[in-house]
Amino acid sequence: MNCPECGAAVDVGDSPMVHEIVPCAECGAELEILSLDPLTVDLAPEVEEDWGE
Amino acid sequence: MTRLALLVDRVRVEEKLLIQELGRRPDLDVDVLAISDLVFDPLAPPVRNYDLVLNRTVSLSRGLAALDLFEAGGAVALNSRRVVARCGDKVRMSAALARAGVPQPELRVATSPAAALRALEELGYPAVLKPAVGSWGRLMARLRDRDAAEALFEHKATLGGPQHGVFYLQAYVDKPGRDLRAFVIGGETVCAIERRSEHWITNTARGAVTAGFPVDPDLDRISRAAARAVAGPDALIAVDLFESPDGYLVGEVNATMEFRNSIETTGVDLPARVVDHAVAVASRGIEARFGAGAAA
Repeated sequence: MNCPECGAAVDVGDSPMVHEIVPCAECGAELEILSLDPLTVDLAPEVEEDWGE
Repeated sequence: MTRLALLVDRVRVEEKLLIQELGRRPDLDVDVLAISDLVFDPLAPPVRNYDLVLNRTVSLSRGLAALDLFEAGGAVALNSRRVVARCGDKVRMSAALARAGVPQPELRVATSPAAALRALEELGYPAVLKPAVGSWGRLMARLRDRDAAEALFEHKATLGGPQHGVFYLQAYVDKPGRDLRAFVIGGETVCAIERRSEHWITNTARGAVTAGFPVDPDLDRISRAAARAVAGPDALIAVDLFESPDGYLVGEVNATMEFRNSIETTGVDLPARVVDHAVAVASRGIEARFGAGAAA
């Protein structure tokens, strides 16, 4: 699986989950896991105005 | 078996830690519900009756919509819709703190640029403009003089949406390079951290560095009072505080606490504490419905 931003290989760890946010180790882009089988990722949505704690 | 739903939109470090902790509890039946995957029919009975919905959504509007519908279906939510709505809007939050007499920085709220300028004359410069809805230190501005305020207000009027018609203005607190955060779970202050930064904004989302901070009696008292005022006794709350010459001031109260930087620094297993409390609240609800011992 490669980062859609920079093309680097993406490490999703040992227990990936759908909707999990993983950073690209190469370019720092936030990626969202969209499916596990097959494993697909895309750029995570940009932060919206009402997001937070 | 206690049935629990974890409501998420993004699965971040906090949510993964909670999912791992929930998975270690054999007496829990847990569904992780991604809000973007759900379709609600408010007129239909709930497909599945959960004993508790643990809300971890980062989107305020989407989270509130889901909590509305879960609660309308009879679910107990933690935090509840009422608590999330209060914490998500600083005007509501400050009103609740004020009603309970919890100390906070001097504050003005205005709904027009002209009134906001008058409010700033009352508060004095510098002052801090915060979005009523928003988090992670975004869109905060320290206003040093009237020129800066006029320019900022013009930008807000030109570029902003309806949310930017509310001007939440706080007196600037000259912090000692840090602010504090206390975690209040079920009415107990379980730990606290300091967030240190050379920038005047000390959110960890903006790069502040955290360290454990001792919970002294004053910090405990004001943190619990803030949580009680805004959220009631059952809530999971993170209280942000400033140190001032007059004592602690509550800056804001957060309903979806982020704790990834606060576990090692405090030595408190916050995911476990959150899950313990969620189970306790769910069990109380089960026993209220089915009698003592039903949750065992």
